[in-house]
Amino acid sequence: MTITARTPAPVAGAAADELPDANRSPLRAARQFVRRQPLGTVGLVIVLVMFAAGAMAGWIAPYDPEANDFAAMMEAPSWAHLLGTDQLGRDIFSRLVFGARTALLVGFSSAVVGGVIGLVLGVTSAYFGGWFDLVFQRVLDVLMAFPLIILALAVVSVFGTGVVNVIIAITVPLVPRCGRVVRASALAVREVPYVDAARALGFSHARIVLRHMVPNVVAPFLILLSAFVGQAILAEASLSYLGLGVQEPVPAWGLMLQGGAEEYATTAPWIAVFPGLAIVLTVLGISLFGDALRDAIDPKLRDR
Amino acid sequence: MYVRSGLMAAGLGLAVAIAAVPAGAQTTPKRGGTLTYMIPADAPPSFDGHRETTYATVHAGAPFYSVLIRVPPDNPASTTEFVCDLCTEMPRPTDGGKTYTFKIRPDVKFHDGAKLTAQDVATSWNYIVFPPKGVTSARVSYYEMVDKIEAPDDATVIFRLKRATTAFLPALADPFSWIYKKETLEKDPHWYEKNILGSGPFKFAGYEVGQVIKGVRNPDYYHKGLPLLDAIEGIFADKQSVRVEALRGDRAAIEFRGLPPSARDQLVKEAGKDVVVQDSDWNCGNILTPNQKKKPFDDVRVRKALALAIDQWAGAPALSKIANVRTVGGIVFPGSPLAATKEELQQIAGFWPDINKSREEAKRLLKEAGAEGLKFELLNRNVDQPYKYVGTWAVAEWKKIGLNVEQKVVPTGPWFSNMRAGTFDVAMEANCQSVVNPVLDTGKYLPHTVYPENYGGFEDPKSIELYEAMQIETDPAKQRAEMRAYEKHTLDTMVHEIVLPYWYRIVLARSYVKGWKISPSHYLNQDLANVWLDK
Repeated sequence: MTITARTPAPVAGAAADELPDANRSPLRAARQFVRRQPLGTVGLVIVLVMFAAGAMAGWIAPYDPEANDFAAMMEAPSWAHLLGTDQLGRDIFSRLVFGARTALLVGFSSAVVGGVIGLVLGVTSAYFGGWFDLVFQRVLDVLMAFPLIILALAVVSVFGTGVVNVIIAITVPLVPRCGRVVRASALAVREVPYVDAARALGFSHARIVLRHMVPNVVAPFLILLSAFVGQAILAEASLSYLGLGVQEPVPAWGLMLQGGAEEYATTAPWIAVFPGLAIVLTVLGISLFGDALRDAIDPKLRDR
Repeated sequence: MYVRSGLMAAGLGLAVAIAAVPAGAQTTPKRGGTLTYMIPADAPPSFDGHRETTYATVHAGAPFYSVLIRVPPDNPASTTEFVCDLCTEMPRPTDGGKTYTFKIRPDVKFHDGAKLTAQDVATSWNYIVFPPKGVTSARVSYYEMVDKIEAPDDATVIFRLKRATTAFLPALADPFSWIYKKETLEKDPHWYEKNILGSGPFKFAGYEVGQVIKGVRNPDYYHKGLPLLDAIEGIFADKQSVRVEALRGDRAAIEFRGLPPSARDQLVKEAGKDVVVQDSDWNCGNILTPNQKKKPFDDVRVRKALALAIDQWAGAPALSKIANVRTVGGIVFPGSPLAATKEELQQIAGFWPDINKSREEAKRLLKEAGAEGLKFELLNRNVDQPYKYVGTWAVAEWKKIGLNVEQKVVPTGPWFSNMRAGTFDVAMEANCQSVVNPVLDTGKYLPHTVYPENYGGFEDPKSIELYEAMQIETDPAKQRAEMRAYEKHTLDTMVHEIVLPYWYRIVLARSYVKGWKISPSHYLNQDLANVWLDK
């Protein structure tokens, strides 16, 4: 571990002053980001397109994503159906667009909720240390012993299927992963003088944790968060593919790869190809953007 | 296909579509060879046919056993014809239809060499009909008409009934009712759960758990000249892709349960004349059960709206292209003499010929019941073919009358437990039977207090009254009329259930497999004695 060797994170209030280009206009900062992080920009564009598709699905989709059309079963891509239709005659483009909503809803909800809970618990564990830290870390050890998808499967088998339960199922395994990383950063922050000063001034534990420590571990947290979104989207697709996530006829990318896609992969490949592409592109976009974000935020990498 | 013309046409038997030339119709059977077939399961829960209800048991075990009577192997699709297996001739009932006396063949031996007598037959049937404490018999309810089973000598078995009924013989032809050895059964009634010892066409030769079950020709088989094969090997594979690949690569010659239309189209396209297809209506169908213990499903107007929203006539042919369903029918298996004609069905909610009118009526009923835009959950089983396809279709149909339905798909265990506990709004279930026996098959639609496997949570004395009137009627025409009254009450007046299109069985085989004919049930005609290989 490199915890002890890390440069202590800057004080929250002073953080902005220490960033070299902090006073740039947003436009200039964006230009600089595009120039320095072309792959990250591509990732950001993909993510934004997916966001736009999900947010405006009702306007973009030409058909009701759940409506069967038996006169148009398994039609190849055409002007009437840009990406073709599935075995029930449903328009694949419309289902993909609405599926983006499901993927992003599950991906961001799980990542944000799991990340924030992990952030608070990780910082709290580092702040208090002692037996609390010891017990808490052992609990995290137990949870982290299970691969993400296995733990999510266990949770969904307890709570059942459906969008909300899938979000819970994916959130639970993300909490210890975030908690462990954040704790490592917070251990360094705990030793810096301003935390001692806050203690000496008699601030409450909650105030020290939330106002003085949490903001100073936000950089690794944001990087982690971007990775979590991709993982959560993949986990949702996996659960749906296994029949344990979102259920028909709700449009979801993993679900679109299940059943019909397997049966008709050779005779109607568009049923499987387009949802697969959507998953690949979105996760790739989020990963590229996350990498670029890390490069931009991490002081050690920023000037490389 | 739909049998329209009532008794006359229906009496000719099940309308079976056979897409290939009937196996062995014109050629002399050849002897020898090993039939390798796929069993779509991990393993049977046990080898005891009396206690199990799954094809995994019957496909693995039937070749080793004999039964008293059965559907004819050369015409298993018949809904009215039964022939002897262990008996010498089909009996004429005496005592006003209440006594059936069977003479047992004198030339039958168990595979261990012991002679099979009427005592073995009577004891096996007594265990099936009157299971002792601690013994499970899955089909006890089929035989509630039986009063006594006796074997006055080693060649005679007598079934005495409480009342005359047309349901008895079809029930007696149940393919799970294997004849066990009296001595073994009385010593340990659970012995047959893990062991196999019968008198059927093949002798048990080995079993590797979850892998394969093997049998060899029984040289002492009492149907002379049979079996035609030297050996059989049943390979267990629960994944459809494995089974399809085995057929494609000729690692297996046939799979008896049934594959979806996509697999049929793919294999026929790739293998051409090397693969033959047999298909048939299936005595099995999905039904939707509203939970009447929950509001607003206690209101018949809401239940009727659910039925009226579904366009069965347009849905069935479309679904048949992608799922194992095909024929629209009522509570009776289409093709049975007791089944409704199309014109009769169209008088029932959910089968109206004009779907627009039907959906308008559904909306009116929902409004009247104060259930417009109703939101509820459809409990479904995590089985693709055809449960999830049919469930997804039903949800989309309900959406057309403004209902907001979420499908909750769960594994088989929780699916059953939710239905048994009544923790569901509407459930997608199935009514699957073996021998077509409408009088007993339609017991499924009776209240739970009478038929434990009905999960609708309702009480309805009128329904019981109509069923009993139909059940005790022995005149075919009158019985058919009684059946219509029971059907109308169940599906239209009270809408206790919504019957969806019947399943459709598609069996694929390598073209050298001859002598096996499809039936309306994947449980029937599985002893494989008549199968031969044209190699």
